Amino acid sequence: MACLGGLESRRWTDHPALYWGHDSHFAPWLAIKARDTPEGPVGVTTLVGREWQTTGVLGLSKVDGVVQSRAFPSWATVPGPQWLSMARHWHFFFAWVFVINGLAYLLHSLFSRHLARDLLPTRAELRGIGRSILDHLKFKHPTGEAAKRHNVLQNLAYLIVIFVLLPLVVVAGLAMSPRLDAVYAGWVDLLDGRQSARSLHFIAATGLLLFTLIHLFEVVVAGVWNEVRSVVTGWYTVSADKPAKETR
Amino acid sequence: MNAIETLRLMKKSQRDRRRLLLGTVAAAGAALLSGCDRLSGHDAFVDVLKSAEQLNRAVHKIVAPRTAMAQEFARKHIAPVFRSNGTLSPRDADYQTLRQGAFADYRLAVRGLVAQPLEFTLDQLCAMPARTQITRHDCVEGWSCIGQWKGVPLNQVLGQAQPLPEARFVVFRCFDSMDDPSPAAADSRYYESIDFDDAHHPQTILAYELNDQPLPMSNGAPLPCRVERQLGYKQAKYISAIELVAILDDIRGGKGGYWEDEGYEWYAGI
Repeated sequence: MACLGGLESRRWTDHPALYWGHDSHFAPWLAIKARDTPEGPVGVTTLVGREWQTTGVLGLSKVDGVVQSRAFPSWATVPGPQWLSMARHWHFFFAWVFVINGLAYLLHSLFSRHLARDLLPTRAELRGIGRSILDHLKFKHPTGEAAKRHNVLQNLAYLIVIFVLLPLVVVAGLAMSPRLDAVYAGWVDLLDGRQSARSLHFIAATGLLLFTLIHLFEVVVAGVWNEVRSVVTGWYTVSADKPAKETR
Repeated sequence: MNAIETLRLMKKSQRDRRRLLLGTVAAAGAALLSGCDRLSGHDAFVDVLKSAEQLNRAVHKIVAPRTAMAQEFARKHIAPVFRSNGTLSPRDADYQTLRQGAFADYRLAVRGLVAQPLEFTLDQLCAMPARTQITRHDCVEGWSCIGQWKGVPLNQVLGQAQPLPEARFVVFRCFDSMDDPSPAAADSRYYESIDFDDAHHPQTILAYELNDQPLPMSNGAPLPCRVERQLGYKQAKYISAIELVAILDDIRGGKGGYWEDEGYEWYAGI
């Protein structure tokens, strides 16, 4: 939810761009905007000098059937209409929900040894990483007992999410607050300035979104009912033709 | 039905189930978002969302205390052109008259809950001890710009007027009308307010120079106020008077500022 409010809260109509450094007086590395052409307005996305027409999704999209110049389509933002002040209320409320949840999860993982037991890959698993990548590409999913453990790619993805993306999205978010910048004047330089922090916030949030989408995709592929039940109750059925066994 | 056919049908029913499931997820997502839009129109719900503002402010005051200084930069970081936003040229007649006279007739009024209401000319303000700072301006839209400001600390001006103990907010009254002139002649002049934590902060200055030059009109000439630990909309431009008050409720929309009346947070340190 914080993510969705974030997409609107960048208010891309007025300033649809991301920069690197302290401020924004030079060229952005990412810009999403509408441009007038002889054939009518188009949506244009520019990423480090390369340009794509993204009409319909980025830069220009329809809201209730009316074409509007806006960075992200209304189905991806909260609130749907361009309404920055409301988006900020949503964003900062759910930022707190997000941080409190995250801290609770982190503490629980440490104390329940979930981290050491389930998430840190063993040496043997790390050696098998090439095979695991190949299996994933071939959509070959682990069966039998192996399906009960996270595989090594899953582990690495989880570790990157927990220890890189989640902390980064929070710290870079805090760095955008002018009052929090004053906690220790100059700490934002560690992220190479406020505009870099804003870019990192967006990049980390995009990473989290991708992780979530891939995760949902995998859950659907692996069988939703079984997975959801195992997440909630710990009961995971290995194969439909064998009776359900032990919990984990 | 032979075995292969049975298997094929099973696979098909699995595919259908997946499709149904994905469809359900997408529909649920769409319903969730349109539900969010409805909630945004629900006052009680929005009040819950807005409660985060009080939490932010309280936490910020603990981790970045009253005296915490905003980052100051080196000359090399100054942007070639300081971006301007909001009003660039007030169309109000009283402002235009003053401007044509190079602000010689400009008087900054300090009034409200003070023991000594005062008026200052620009020359008087420029004669007071000044502070120069290279700071970053952060707009709520997301962009930032670095510039060097010179001005008189608000603290000094307020000190001469002697605020009364019941004064809690410093309100900046500005020349620029924000809305098009309406038949009802509703007052839409910009205004802003800060508390005494910010009013007494050493970096809070009434600025009359930007990057060693007299202030351009688009940046708020003759006098804007820099409140460095808050977003751009808290930086009142074209200030005509400073008013000390105990409550903000009876000024215009009652939320403490032009953009606050439009739904933005009064506390803009985030």
